[in-house]
Amino acid sequence: MLELRKDIFADERDDNLKEIGKGTQRQDMLGHVTGTSNYFNDHKLQGMLHLKVVRSTQAHARIRRIDTTEAERSAGVRRIIRGTDVPVNLNTLLSLINFGKDDEPSLAVDKVRYKGEPILAIVADSEREAFEAIAKVKVDYEPLPAVFDVEDALKPGAPVVNETYPKNAFIYHDVYDHQRLRFGDADAALASADHVLEQRYQMSPIEHAPTETNGAIAAPDTNGRYVVYTSTQALFFSVDTCAKILDVPSNTFHFIGGTVGGGFGGKVDTLTEPLAILGAMLTGRPVRYVFGREEEMQYGPPRGAERIYIKDGVMRDGRIVARKIRAYFDSGAYTRLSSYAAVKCAAHLPGPYTIPNVYGDVYCVFTNRTPATAMRGFGVTAMDFAIECQMDKLANLVGMDPMEFRILNAYRDGDMKAHRREAKNTALIECVQVAAEKAKWPIRDEFRRASSRKDGGGSRAAIPPTPTESRARPAAPAQQRTSYDRAPVTATREPPREPPPPPTTPPPPPPRPSAPSHGATRFSSVFGTRRR
Amino acid sequence: MSKIPLQFRHNGRDVAIFVDGGTNLLVALRELIGDMTPKFGCGQGGCGTCSVLIDGELHLSCLTLAETVAGRSIETLDGMKQGPNLHPLQRAFADHFAAQCGYCTPGMLMAAKALLDRNPSPSRDEVIEAISGNICRCTGYEPIINAILAAASGRVSA
Amino acid sequence: MAVTVKTFASASEAAGALSSDRTARYLGGGTLVMRALNEGDVAISTVVRAQDQALTRIDASGPRITLGAGVTFARILAERDLAFLHAPARSIGGPAVRNMGTVGGNLFAPSPYGDFTVALLALDATVAVAGGFGSRDTPIEEFLQARERQAGTLVLSVSCTRPASSEAFRYRKIARIKPKGGSVITLAAHLPVSGGRIAGARIALGSMAPTQIRARAAERALEGRSLDAATIAAAASAATEGTSPSDNALGSAWYRREIVGVHLRRLLSGQD
Repeated sequence: MLELRKDIFADERDDNLKEIGKGTQRQDMLGHVTGTSNYFNDHKLQGMLHLKVVRSTQAHARIRRIDTTEAERSAGVRRIIRGTDVPVNLNTLLSLINFGKDDEPSLAVDKVRYKGEPILAIVADSEREAFEAIAKVKVDYEPLPAVFDVEDALKPGAPVVNETYPKNAFIYHDVYDHQRLRFGDADAALASADHVLEQRYQMSPIEHAPTETNGAIAAPDTNGRYVVYTSTQALFFSVDTCAKILDVPSNTFHFIGGTVGGGFGGKVDTLTEPLAILGAMLTGRPVRYVFGREEEMQYGPPRGAERIYIKDGVMRDGRIVARKIRAYFDSGAYTRLSSYAAVKCAAHLPGPYTIPNVYGDVYCVFTNRTPATAMRGFGVTAMDFAIECQMDKLANLVGMDPMEFRILNAYRDGDMKAHRREAKNTALIECVQVAAEKAKWPIRDEFRRASSRKDGGGSRAAIPPTPTESRARPAAPAQQRTSYDRAPVTATREPPREPPPPPTTPPPPPPRPSAPSHGATRFSSVFGTRRR
Repeated sequence: MSKIPLQFRHNGRDVAIFVDGGTNLLVALRELIGDMTPKFGCGQGGCGTCSVLIDGELHLSCLTLAETVAGRSIETLDGMKQGPNLHPLQRAFADHFAAQCGYCTPGMLMAAKALLDRNPSPSRDEVIEAISGNICRCTGYEPIINAILAAASGRVSA
Repeated sequence: MAVTVKTFASASEAAGALSSDRTARYLGGGTLVMRALNEGDVAISTVVRAQDQALTRIDASGPRITLGAGVTFARILAERDLAFLHAPARSIGGPAVRNMGTVGGNLFAPSPYGDFTVALLALDATVAVAGGFGSRDTPIEEFLQARERQAGTLVLSVSCTRPASSEAFRYRKIARIKPKGGSVITLAAHLPVSGGRIAGARIALGSMAPTQIRARAAERALEGRSLDAATIAAAASAATEGTSPSDNALGSAWYRREIVGVHLRRLLSGQD
């Protein structure tokens, strides 16, 4: 059961809504429990052919020659599709919204840019016959130096992964090689901070591993159109992508989908539909292209890896006065959606905290890895992981309880965010209070009484002067602690008895939790207890 | 290529098909019988979504050579309903929101049926063990476990 | 070329068919061969089966037990006389895999699989193998060392001596997912005791080398001693000697080396 805390969210929701707190059956539940929900592959079509692709064995190589002589003669082969057979063999997914340059072929032509990149598609009577033909294709590669590390890829002289972006970074608005956020003077604030902590965080790629692998079945219809059963999570997005790649009006296709066997972001890339349809166009027969499990895990697009550097300046009383972030998204060999992830990431800085000086550089980088894509909060989750690890370390550094440290720095209604938008409807303080209560984690009264709706704005609403060029950093005071040590300055589990000492230099005043508010005595949760 | 004749019982009904050499039971059921309830998930025994009962025993149809089931009895989710009525397990899965994308559901239900057919009142640990070969990537194991326990104790809506 | 399935009434005929065809694989429970076919392994074009009842026989009545190569893990779990093998049998797959996977197939399962074989290696099992030459018994260690060259042979059965007590045989599989998951490492120890001292210790490890191996240095540390804290510590610190684990998605080689001694110590001292 959910309980809406009207004291905080009075204006957030119409009182007449009546679905919250009540179980409502899913409209697809009966189909699921009877096994009659139709997934893309649950269609048995007369005369269906099977498509499999020849994948690159190299991470980065020029293709000298592709010999299909033996494969053409292999039993059951109906058609071998090359890059030159694809009407528009260069695309980028977000070109549909005019974002980014076409950079990815459906089938590689003169070069492969990641291990597993599709080179040829083979359409055969059975999967077995397609596999047998694949084994007979000979690809002559000229290996090229490959780059797998985001920072190496940005160094001068690094191998050029994708010629569309010769500096190995996505270019925004035809000019900028990264997303940039500037708010206040982070360098000056770091120089005068009591402590400075710089840390490096690395997130690995994560495969969605849906139980249903990516796939599509395309079948010629009698009216010149094609019926396409697909696992896509983005039906209309996939329709338009196919229309572009196959150079036909989008009403050529009748896409049927929406019942997806687990997507999580891994089924938006429209990898199987264009080739399945092209196979159907070239053979006049229904064609199925479905990933095997190893293909899904190895070559299906993952959540991209990210490398993040965070440098924070914090005062002895716990106020964070500066946050400087450099982040690198590993897009793999092609853009897909990572350009957008970097935008989201920059928009998320510096996390849900009011910090008067913020500096962020976020890069979308090309490497010879499997192209990355969307996955559940991509662009934000890894950065949140890094920021929240950093918050724990900072709390430790200044000897504060980590929950109280977050409440102290949390944004409040009326504060100015680093993007020069006023913070509204904030509730981090209340979330932390509830988390502390649920975890039976002791926090001091003044933090229990803190409220997102109090003590925000004012000087916290100011937009600080922001230098356009970053200055040389002044020498740091000698007393700055700049390393992270797991041993706390003072005990953290035992909250300090005394409030933190006043700041040595008083720039914007710290939020002081003040007199008891209406919520102080009845500390109810946003979420009520689950009824049995 | 030569076809192999194959007869078996499918959800209580005799069926006869011709299969290619090496065809697995999952493909035979889906593409030759037309029973789409068992799903392809991995082809390697890792996910359990193709689970069926062979002579009452839980098996993975994708790893079963079709011709090895000659003369045997195969049960799939397609045969679980009792006439127009849902089986108590199906009812319990629906009542307990034990399906999200629905793709693992056929395998989960067959694994649950294999358990309850032998052990009508399993413990929670026994339920967990019984579905341990079935992966739910929407990560809804708790409602699935609760649904199976509810079905076992008769706590399902009519 | 499609796959041809050849079914024989006797194991010896099947063995003959296997030895004469390099593209042939023997189909036991299906968890290896069908998986390979599903992933498009075109090196297999013949599947050989045998409907020989000898392959599914269990002889567990005496001090020496024999398991037909086609005996499934579910059948081992149903056999009260095989209680000492229940822990390794239960550690494999979910119920469906245990209803299908066989003792013989497990001998060929590549890392991170092949947990049951770790137990058999600790128990100094004998593998009965049929080939073009007739059948012969091979010590399991020798069998595993030559495993890659065994493609043309057919395993008929494995046999081993029943441990003297439940204390004398111990097994532990470390997985990241409970209750089911691939092995990070697998350990088995046979510790016969004579006059209060260990005589003939055998320790086997899975996922610590390309095939299951014995931890000989750890065995030497136990030999002739009583199983006290000092002996256990000496065996645990010798656990990595001679191992060559590799990195995979379940764990790195470094991690495997770090934990193998810890888990051997727990196994030997009877901790959970």
